[in-house]
Amino acid sequence: MIHKTLENMSRFLRTVGNTSLAGISRLGYLARFFAAVILNTPAAFLRLPLTMREIYFTGVLSLTIIVVSGLFVGMVLALQGYDVLVMYGADDSIGILVALSLSKELGPVVSGLLFASRAGSAITAEIGLMKTTEQLSAMEMMAVDPLARVVAPRFWGGVIAMPVLSALFSAFGILGAYLVAVKLIGVDTGVFWSNMRAGVEFWPDITNGIIKSVVFGVAVSLIAVFEGYDAKPTAEGVSSATTRTVVESSLAILALDFILTVLMFRGLSV
Amino acid sequence: MVNAPAAHDKAPEIAVELTDVTFGYDQRKILSGISMTIPKGKLVAIMGGSGCGKTTILRLIGGQLKPQQGRVIVAGQSVPDLNNDALFKMRRKLGMLFQFGALFTDMSVYENIAFAMREHTDLPEELIRDLVLLKLNAVGLRGAANLMPSELSGGMARRVALARTIALDPMLMMYDEPFAGLDPISLGVVGQLIRKLNDALGITSVVVTHDIYESLHIVDYAYFISEGVIAAQGTPDEIRKSGDAFVRQFVDGQPDGPVPFHYPARDLATDLLQT
Repeated sequence: MIHKTLENMSRFLRTVGNTSLAGISRLGYLARFFAAVILNTPAAFLRLPLTMREIYFTGVLSLTIIVVSGLFVGMVLALQGYDVLVMYGADDSIGILVALSLSKELGPVVSGLLFASRAGSAITAEIGLMKTTEQLSAMEMMAVDPLARVVAPRFWGGVIAMPVLSALFSAFGILGAYLVAVKLIGVDTGVFWSNMRAGVEFWPDITNGIIKSVVFGVAVSLIAVFEGYDAKPTAEGVSSATTRTVVESSLAILALDFILTVLMFRGLSV
Repeated sequence: MVNAPAAHDKAPEIAVELTDVTFGYDQRKILSGISMTIPKGKLVAIMGGSGCGKTTILRLIGGQLKPQQGRVIVAGQSVPDLNNDALFKMRRKLGMLFQFGALFTDMSVYENIAFAMREHTDLPEELIRDLVLLKLNAVGLRGAANLMPSELSGGMARRVALARTIALDPMLMMYDEPFAGLDPISLGVVGQLIRKLNDALGITSVVVTHDIYESLHIVDYAYFISEGVIAAQGTPDEIRKSGDAFVRQFVDGQPDGPVPFHYPARDLATDLLQT
């Protein structure tokens, strides 16, 4: 009996150890991969048309989902916010509430999550399939580094597109809130806009959102290109790499969001 | 005993030399102690069953893998010792045709062939256009320049990939299963193209294949790999006449022989009776 318990415990410890070691070594590999991508950055910008093409694929083609989601999130936020604010007679502040929550929090986070599932998964699947069909190998044998030709432009395309998408998400969210609060509920237009202008500062409110969206852009793009490049060259390998991109990116966004918010939280430093 | 090709030519120049090369993944040994010499200007086949490590040899020559032991010399340079820059420089002189072509699916046929020229040369676009059309003409597909890879048949894709591989006039061509999955006409066309390109451009070619009939028609010399070692070698005539059991099984296509039909397992009766 004791023998069996000991055996189970040792098996459990072994599993934990193996999983941790595998995780750490993968993290190390990711760090080295990141360094290699950064080293290949000049190559991505020397091939400007390639990077522009990636900005188009990851940014422009994500516009529909970003704009529509932004609009609806803003509309719902206005409805819910108004419901609470009106209890305290603070319904005039609906503009501030919506603008702050969108620019500091919901804009970067929700657009980051949408970006991961719309563009991140596409990048992983594309690079993974290029690997499966030996296109990356062929490129290597033609003395062209896939990191410079395939990976770096996609990484930078994502990093550049993400903050713009996040800004657009917030802008359309505010527009949605305006439609609901002013046109539907009947809050005064002047009050809505002037309170928003008075209550939202470029520094730190807007810049905090920009910093977050840049960090999320780097995280999602890095995970997407890494998972694609590291995918097992089989149909199953590519599909599980694509899933991993979405799951890991979403978790990374939520964790990084918490860390960044803590760092930016003024109340803690008092 | 068959002589190595070096014995046929008087002091030929060596394009590729593998000496006592051993390679494996983790515990699994793939090649053990392979030595082969590929003289300049010759067309040499490396044959063997699926998964015997044929493609691994090409990857070792191209520097995509490093041997655990032994030397790989290409054009006088030791490939495993090259740094990244020198390796990429060497690869510009190599051409590799992948099993299914590995065409870049986001580019047209024309763009695929212009790819290496644009990456590695400063040639003006008009000259690139002429060169691309000439290369496509060599494989009989000038008319397909504007098609996308998805619009090509298997045989056409293989020929486009061949044109792409010779885009920068390599000194050594490597073919990974160039005949796999082709209809008899495409098979003959690709086989003849490989031979003609070798002779017309004065290059050295290594063909990895299990298609014995097609390759014995075109090659100068053949190596047979089995279980990670060179099981037999010789000129096509020597191979056809060989009495070696492994070569006979391969040439005659017998399902059982030195290469067993069954994957290693326990006795069937034992397996069936086990509850």
